[in-house]
Amino acid sequence: MAEELLVVEDLKKHFPITRGIIFQKQIAAVKAVDGVSFTVNRGETLGVVGESGCGKSTMARCVMRLLDPSGGKVIFDGRDITNISQAEMRPIRREMMMIFQDPYASLNPRKRVGFIIGEALEVNKMGSGREIKQRVQELLDIVGLNPEHYNRFPHEFSGGQRQRIGVARALAVNPKLIVCDEPVSALDVSVQAQILNLLKDLQDEFNLTYVFIAHDLNVVRHISNRVMVMYLGSVAEVAGRDQLYSAPKHPYTGALLSAVPVPDPELGRQRKRIVLEGDVPSPINPPSACRFHPRCPRFHEGVCDVVDPPVREFGEDHAATCHYPLEAWPLTDAQMRGAGEPVAS
Amino acid sequence: MALLEVRDLTTHFRTDDGIVKAVDGVSFSIEKGKTLGIVGESGCGKSVTCLTIMGLNPKKMTISSGEALFKGEDLLHASSSRLREIRGNDVAMIFQDPMTSLNPVHKIGDQLGEAILLHRDVTKRQARARSAELLKAVGIPHAERRLDDYPHQFSGGMRQRVMIAMALVNDPDLLIADEPTTALDVTTQAQILNLLDRLQEEFGSAIIMITHDLGVVAEIADEVVVMYAAKVIERAPVGDLFRKPRHPYTWGLLGSLPRLDTDTERLVQIPGSPPSLLNPPAGCRFNPRCAYAFDRCRAEQPVLEPVPGEAEHLQACFLDEETKERENRRLQAGSLAEEAS
Amino acid sequence: MFRYLIRRLLWAGVLFIAVTVVTYVIFFIIPADPARLAAGQRATPDEIVRARHFLGLDKPVPVQYALFLKRLVIDHSLGHSFTNRQDVNKVVLTAAPVTASLVFGGVILWMMLALPIGVLSALRPRSLLDRGGMMFVLIGISAPVFWVGLILQYAIGFRLGWTPNSGYCDLLNTQGGCGGPADWAYHLILPWMTFALLFAAIYARMIRANTMDTMNEDYVRTARAKGAPESQVLRSHVLRNALLPVVTMLGMDIGIALGGAIFTETVFNLPGLGKLAVQSISTFDLPMIEGVVVFTTLCIIVFNLIVDLLYAWIDPRIRLA
Repeated sequence: MAEELLVVEDLKKHFPITRGIIFQKQIAAVKAVDGVSFTVNRGETLGVVGESGCGKSTMARCVMRLLDPSGGKVIFDGRDITNISQAEMRPIRREMMMIFQDPYASLNPRKRVGFIIGEALEVNKMGSGREIKQRVQELLDIVGLNPEHYNRFPHEFSGGQRQRIGVARALAVNPKLIVCDEPVSALDVSVQAQILNLLKDLQDEFNLTYVFIAHDLNVVRHISNRVMVMYLGSVAEVAGRDQLYSAPKHPYTGALLSAVPVPDPELGRQRKRIVLEGDVPSPINPPSACRFHPRCPRFHEGVCDVVDPPVREFGEDHAATCHYPLEAWPLTDAQMRGAGEPVAS
Repeated sequence: MALLEVRDLTTHFRTDDGIVKAVDGVSFSIEKGKTLGIVGESGCGKSVTCLTIMGLNPKKMTISSGEALFKGEDLLHASSSRLREIRGNDVAMIFQDPMTSLNPVHKIGDQLGEAILLHRDVTKRQARARSAELLKAVGIPHAERRLDDYPHQFSGGMRQRVMIAMALVNDPDLLIADEPTTALDVTTQAQILNLLDRLQEEFGSAIIMITHDLGVVAEIADEVVVMYAAKVIERAPVGDLFRKPRHPYTWGLLGSLPRLDTDTERLVQIPGSPPSLLNPPAGCRFNPRCAYAFDRCRAEQPVLEPVPGEAEHLQACFLDEETKERENRRLQAGSLAEEAS
Repeated sequence: MFRYLIRRLLWAGVLFIAVTVVTYVIFFIIPADPARLAAGQRATPDEIVRARHFLGLDKPVPVQYALFLKRLVIDHSLGHSFTNRQDVNKVVLTAAPVTASLVFGGVILWMMLALPIGVLSALRPRSLLDRGGMMFVLIGISAPVFWVGLILQYAIGFRLGWTPNSGYCDLLNTQGGCGGPADWAYHLILPWMTFALLFAAIYARMIRANTMDTMNEDYVRTARAKGAPESQVLRSHVLRNALLPVVTMLGMDIGIALGGAIFTETVFNLPGLGKLAVQSISTFDLPMIEGVVVFTTLCIIVFNLIVDLLYAWIDPRIRLA
């Protein structure tokens, strides 16, 4: 079996904006995902981190073919699934499942929990009625719920328990890949810990591969092997977890890391924070060349806004898309701004 | 004298299902110019506490008791007109969701102006000038022009800045911020926290910061109050709370945080979920989920008492000192999760 | 905005064609013979054939429709009635002011009822006032319009003799023994009450729901936190937002009502578009039916357009999008 379970090449997803009296003409597009490439190896967790509008959720949905990509390639388990029809996609769907963010909205309130978890098994005809029921009860147990609650409705469970139901649902068909789209963002901190521990245990037990999307850098660090940082539809940096957090190369990653509040009063206050100016720009009219240049403390006029930044490699499995990657870390705000020449590859 | 002293504050809501004891005997105080963090998870009563102090709960269904002494005056027993004088003037509040906290059909300048004209006898032009001044102070470019824009023309981070400007426009002594950065991106959150810090220095207001994020509290609070199920279970200066927490719930909170600077395989998880406030558990409210609970915890409610040797540090737990010190050491070393939870 | 207007007008044209075509189709599906009705009770078969030819009913249906369109667009005429050869334009335009008087007076009356009931009920939910208000709503919605009309006629018009029972007096001219504003209003009191009741109930309920929702919005809490007195919170923050949707509904309802408040006009014998529609249907008078349809469609289109533009103007989120 090949090492790489998922390969994404130059993925693009543009949502057209049309105007016109009778015939709608496309005048612009929301470039939600604009050239994203990455790979995920079997058994590992790729963390995808970025702020609102960076395209991480859209990217996840394109990978799962819940949305059709506008360009690029998605290769799952050696097979190119970018443009295949929905009918051809159906058998592949049981190999990739998704866990959603909102535990209140992602479960059908009118269906019993047993049905919710077992639906995929039924659709894929993976067993008789009795076998499916057995499997569902097994799953309820695996995720730490009471198998007797098979016939209850979602509203009878708390937020954390509902998220466990979501996990059970994703696990039911023994998928190869589980895409977790902000699975703990809507949960309280103590419940968050329960779900994160559960996901880790399940990965060990069932040799699962995760793509874990979140905006919380702390959470991503805890669960990922490798991390990808996205900004406004493209990839800023990809690296192994320890590498990214101890030696980030992209100024945006540096700003993100420095913005995360640390639950340690001394460390937190000692740290010289790098504060970015302005807001995340709109994906309809992204900045020219490097997307990050209007807010970047290292912005060099004439370079960053004119020439597309190259993808630079830093040792095995660490790449950043920048003209002036960070020389060291941590850096103060002043040091960030004081870069001289573009670093040679 | 403390700027605000809250004693035994209690707020019950009359609902169709019964009486919800949203806040049950909460006490704390805050000094001029300082920052107090109120931390807890959803439903613990931290927001309701501050809404009660401001008198913003729906009158018909609310029963409150206790005292909230602001500069010596009890806000809980003040008349509505006196409260209205104080709100937006001496005590200001900002809320969590900047998208919905501003009226979409009024211009920003008008909304800021309203805040001024309610409390100051000035002309519209003077109010406008003051509004522009505040917008500049919170870092909104082209402040003059932006006064004529509507809320939907601002981004989330900018809207929150406008809210802050609106709260500070009358130079309040106390600013209550209810989860002001929860709905914002992390880089925007950093901007807003930075801004609050700077403004506190400039204007000298005390800040009560309500949040569920212990990281935020560590960054800006001087003193921290931890709430659980409508009660205060621990209260301490910020350094003491993080280095020497003395309550199992606080250990759970601290231990369940994934950290950038440490490497734990497993996070501490607190089993179960917070109790219903209609019918809270007997004895210590945390006892059903507490790994250390014993008989006394199920029968009696612990009272906030100072930790021996630390007058400023209060906690409400019956566990003995030795166990607490030992468990805290394990927490700090990152091995608390090995406890069977 | 300009582009939007053009698109709306084009769609209006499409709608217009669709509505008039459907009317034609329905008319010719119904098994009845207008020619016979036009020719009279005791007409001979010959006379009927001649009548049919005269009225153009022997031509194929699409041709008749095409002629109708041509006449409308080029001559601006809706033709002549099958039954009495009257000019349809004139008849419709005589009936329109009657319906308009009924509708606009009714609108004022129903808003005067619905606004206070709706807002006060929202401010004091579950109080006696609220329960009374919702009882009113229930009655208003359930009671059939013609029944209300008849009851009012009987109780107030006949028994108490406070108002006339039926008939219409022109606002400006005096004809047939009455005229002028006083007579006009006097004769319309009962019709206004009848017409307004149903709408007052519907609007009261809607206003109550909107106001209650708006009271819970975050920006209302912000206004209170600023120290604003309740009256200002209500006026400046709650009502301005809660009543926005009412504007849209009002426009649509007026447009529809102008097509003829059939029940009210029949009970009170008001010679408006509703009564005209009923009459022309029962006599299979195609040009007259089309005339009413055309007029009504035009009213609805115009009012919907006004409402959309108005809404865009008062809601800055749409205006500045």
